[in-house]
Amino acid sequence: MPPKSGHQRAKNIDYDDGNFYSGDEYSEEESGAATDEMTDEDREQMKIGTAKVREALDTSLNITDAQIQEALWHYYYDVGKSVTYLKNKFAPKPQAQPKAKATSRFDQAAGTGNPPTGKQIPDESIRLAPCLGQNFGFEVLYTEAPPDELCTQEMPTTSGFFWDTPWGMVPPHRLGNLTPVHPIGYKGGLLGGSKLQALAAKRKQKEAMDTRITSPDADKAVSLLDKLSFKDSKPATRNHEQSAHAKYPSRKRSTPSEDAPPNPTSDPAPEPETEPAKPVVEFPDLRAQPSMFGATLCGLTEEHREAEVLTSFPLPYTTLEAFRKANPFDGPSPDDIVRQAQARGTPKPKTTPKKTHGHGDKLAESVDKLAVADDTSRVKSKNLNVVEEFEKSGMKRIANFVVIGHVDHGKSTLMGRLLYDLKVIDQRSVDKLRKEAETIGKSSFALAWIMDSTSEERTRGVTVDIAMEHFETSRTRFTILDAPGHRDFVPKMIAGASQADFALLVIDANANSFESGLRGQTKEHALLVRSMGVKSIIVAVNKMDTVHWNQARFVAVCNEMTAFFTSASFLPKHITFVACAGLTGDNVTKRTEDPRASWYTSKTLLDALESVEPAKRLIEKPLRLTIGDVFRGGITNPISISGRIDAGSVQVGDIVLAMPSNETATIKAIEIEHETVDWAVAGQIPTLHLTDIDPIHLRLGDIVCDPKNPVKLVKTFTSKLLAFEHVLPGTMDIFRGQLWVEGKITKLSAKLDKFKGDVVKKKPRIIKPGEVARVVVELEKELPLENGVRIVMREGGKTVAAGLLEG
Amino acid sequence: MRLLKSQINAKDGSGTATLLPEEPEDMWHAYNLIQPTDLLRARAIRRISKTSDSGSVASQRIALDLTISVTSTDFDIGSGQLHVAGKVASENEHVKLGSHHTLDLELNRKFTLEKGEGWDSVALEMLREACETERRAELWAVVMGEGIANICLITEHQTILRQRVEVVVPRKRKGDSGSHDKGMERFFATALATLLRHLDLGSRDAQQDKTVPLLLASPGFIASSFLQYIRAEATRTTNKPLLALLPSILVAHSSGPHIHTLSEVLASQTITTKLSDTKYARETHLMDKFLAMMRADDGRAWYGPREVERAVEKGAVGRGGGVLMISNALFRAQNVKERKRWVQLVDRVREVEGGEVRVLSSLHESGKRLEELGNVAAILTFPLEDLDESDHGEGENGVEGAGEEMVI
Repeated sequence: MPPKSGHQRAKNIDYDDGNFYSGDEYSEEESGAATDEMTDEDREQMKIGTAKVREALDTSLNITDAQIQEALWHYYYDVGKSVTYLKNKFAPKPQAQPKAKATSRFDQAAGTGNPPTGKQIPDESIRLAPCLGQNFGFEVLYTEAPPDELCTQEMPTTSGFFWDTPWGMVPPHRLGNLTPVHPIGYKGGLLGGSKLQALAAKRKQKEAMDTRITSPDADKAVSLLDKLSFKDSKPATRNHEQSAHAKYPSRKRSTPSEDAPPNPTSDPAPEPETEPAKPVVEFPDLRAQPSMFGATLCGLTEEHREAEVLTSFPLPYTTLEAFRKANPFDGPSPDDIVRQAQARGTPKPKTTPKKTHGHGDKLAESVDKLAVADDTSRVKSKNLNVVEEFEKSGMKRIANFVVIGHVDHGKSTLMGRLLYDLKVIDQRSVDKLRKEAETIGKSSFALAWIMDSTSEERTRGVTVDIAMEHFETSRTRFTILDAPGHRDFVPKMIAGASQADFALLVIDANANSFESGLRGQTKEHALLVRSMGVKSIIVAVNKMDTVHWNQARFVAVCNEMTAFFTSASFLPKHITFVACAGLTGDNVTKRTEDPRASWYTSKTLLDALESVEPAKRLIEKPLRLTIGDVFRGGITNPISISGRIDAGSVQVGDIVLAMPSNETATIKAIEIEHETVDWAVAGQIPTLHLTDIDPIHLRLGDIVCDPKNPVKLVKTFTSKLLAFEHVLPGTMDIFRGQLWVEGKITKLSAKLDKFKGDVVKKKPRIIKPGEVARVVVELEKELPLENGVRIVMREGGKTVAAGLLEG
Repeated sequence: MRLLKSQINAKDGSGTATLLPEEPEDMWHAYNLIQPTDLLRARAIRRISKTSDSGSVASQRIALDLTISVTSTDFDIGSGQLHVAGKVASENEHVKLGSHHTLDLELNRKFTLEKGEGWDSVALEMLREACETERRAELWAVVMGEGIANICLITEHQTILRQRVEVVVPRKRKGDSGSHDKGMERFFATALATLLRHLDLGSRDAQQDKTVPLLLASPGFIASSFLQYIRAEATRTTNKPLLALLPSILVAHSSGPHIHTLSEVLASQTITTKLSDTKYARETHLMDKFLAMMRADDGRAWYGPREVERAVEKGAVGRGGGVLMISNALFRAQNVKERKRWVQLVDRVREVEGGEVRVLSSLHESGKRLEELGNVAAILTFPLEDLDESDHGEGENGVEGAGEEMVI
């Protein structure tokens, strides 16, 4: 369809074009209106005028009423002018003779001119084309103006009045000024192409020959007459037009109104008049030069062409009323705007130090010095708005959840199913994935591939990196963080879990893989999310279809997991169990129809997700955003970062400080879920497009913070930790969200009581699993860490301990 | 290292040894051997300025043999250079006694060492070890992660980080999986180019026909992807030396991209079978055994100077499985008394108790692990409890926070 339609469209345009401009009824209407006009309104005046002219004229001259009327019409009932004109015209009779001989066509026109006026009415088909040809010059221009304006307007004083009138935008005050005295029909000659041009050139040559024979005066008279004979000329042009019509029918149809055939009578008129001395051959060249568009735009008359074209080129629009009215200097100039902004900006840095002096905080002061040009006070005032804005916006609840569980328990597939059933992913892309999956013999992976987009993940069938997807229900906007389950990618899972409000633990209902999961990442992940502050957890007992929706199996899994969660200090009310099957989609968004699952009356997965209470947002705290990704957002956004706002808010135009590099950047734009927004608040995971910073200063895990409340860098800190494995002093991998660094436990300060926090034993030599201790950690390099930050320690691919920073 | 001349009195340890370092690693041995108060004689270049009678100063560089009494040593691991500072100890026509000089020990330039405190058992052991010419195992290892690669050289006695490659690899994003793949490609290209520069395959093959094994370790599939990349690159560019290297590339699993995970790599089954009898493999194995006992918490594994000394006193580090692990960092102690303390401990375990003594190189991962445990650890023959009892008195009292809600 599309290619065809494209073709058609092209055709249609052509067709429509033709219709529009050639529109017979259109031109007919025009010409009809014009003739009506003349007869209707001006009859009386005409009568009076004719009588007066007759009086004034010498009776010796043989002038018909019609000729007088013509003259009057064209001189707008100015008796004096008409008289002089007529005198001029008819006085030198002997001179007019040879002219008539030479310009046979004019004769034709003159001769046939009068009788066909009557003919015109019955023979429409013939009449219309000539009308087009002759009236072309103003016909287009009339389109919007009532024809009567033509009559009420003053006669034109300069002949090139229309030369700068833009196409189709004729201001009303100019509409009536067009006069057939200087029709611009010759333009048609420029448009038509070589044949017509050749024709015109030939004609001109012929005329040039004529001028040598006839006196310029006589010629002028003839041409003027020709022009005057408004109606009479029609037949003349008709003749010509008929031939043109026959020769180039298509051209005429496509752009007849602009591209009207040259009025054969109009062309010769100005030439002999203005420049008998100039070499005649030049003219065709000059005329051939402007393009169709240029000609229509500028509509240069002959005189202007000669007088001005070569010396100056006025802008075509300057005479427009709109242009004249528009004063480009009435607003502030761009420079003024900049200066104003600068003036607005400069006093403010002066005020900010005052404020900070009030606080007496040396650090804040030093930071303020760093950010002198930052216009921080403005940012602050807007900051308030963001909070209000957020409250006003009545935004849906935001919930980010991390999907955790052992490898191959179906996390990605379950999420793929969820997105597919919620129509976030369309049928077509799923079909495509399915096909691709089948070609490499992994058809069951098709849904998982919605989340696993890299080639490595697909070929290995394992999620490697966190995948982020969004969907929304009537109440909540969810962000899925699909974590990898493989033990090697626990760091990635930690990064994902650090951005989550709650967790969705996916467990394979199969006895074997459930057991292996318990030994493997099911427990580790659950402990990790708990130690990172996640309080609510939904347990999706997946692949229920493979165990025939066995209720006993479900209950067994629930019991075992509940026991484990309780030991991991999850509150029972924050644990929800859902029985579902990701591959088939049972109990994911809609209740299963499997009869074997009739025992299950609890929530579906989607219901369970919706019922989780959202975590509280720390919107009013100073900004803290952990960089989750640094990438090139496109040509316009060379540096972009994404990550979860842990606290505070950001808005476009804010200046932020990246730690530990201690470099400032300006936020150019903010995107959330691929939509551009003005601000973002804690809990959201926006993409920030930055400027004024080099990408080397931004690394994964860095903190972006408020320049006035920067994060402090620490190298050594004390931490309270809960051991999952034996902890000895030694090198550990230390994780804080995205951050993954080497650190050393240099000292085991004390073993603490698990519940009261009292010291049980000082300087223990080893900390056993499940014990709580206070340790001193030394980092490889300084990092932005704050008190109360949760860290995870791993060693040799095992999670050793989870800790809470104490300072 | 070649022992050119040895005049050491076995009884009192007096005497000198003349040594010729031949390999960069010999500098490491020299660094371990040379102690403050030792007398070191080596070729030196010194600028001598003479004031003539007329008062004009003529300055001149001359090469001369200088004997200095060592005050400090400085070892640059990366370049393998050893600078020994000291005071001139023997009179010389150009240099005054007691003036300072820093000797730069160089390869293939002999030096003579006389121990200030005499050659003790540890020093002699080191000397013997340094002069062992066979079993010079070498291994290149690349510990990788996504966008990070640590290229290290593992020798008999040290693990040297040659270069770290860090390339930003964009994360996978919706609708933009290409940038991640492209980023990985770029990372591999950078890592391989850097690695080849360090391996210097062309010249190495000319020197000796043995190929040095290359170990690629990473979490996940990065190492195997990298091997694939190397293979493809080698075939594409028909890089003969690289093609020859391919069979000796090992792929192993590590838990992270950091160097400290090397210890875990070297302890893994696949690697130990290939590199069985090397010092670092043995050290790593021993360290693992110790840590396993530590976790078992049966009172037979102890670490820390005081605890180990106590255990030795009680005769627990003796025949029948007692092992004393000690980092050679302790023997490099600037303090002579400190060094003596550890030499005595070693002597006691070895000669009196009949236990096994292992000196771990502080430049290996296992040695570093030991260093974190206080540089000395022991596996006892019988369980001992409460070796750390007496520490209680000196513990600080103020640190205990109020019993706020338990975190985790």
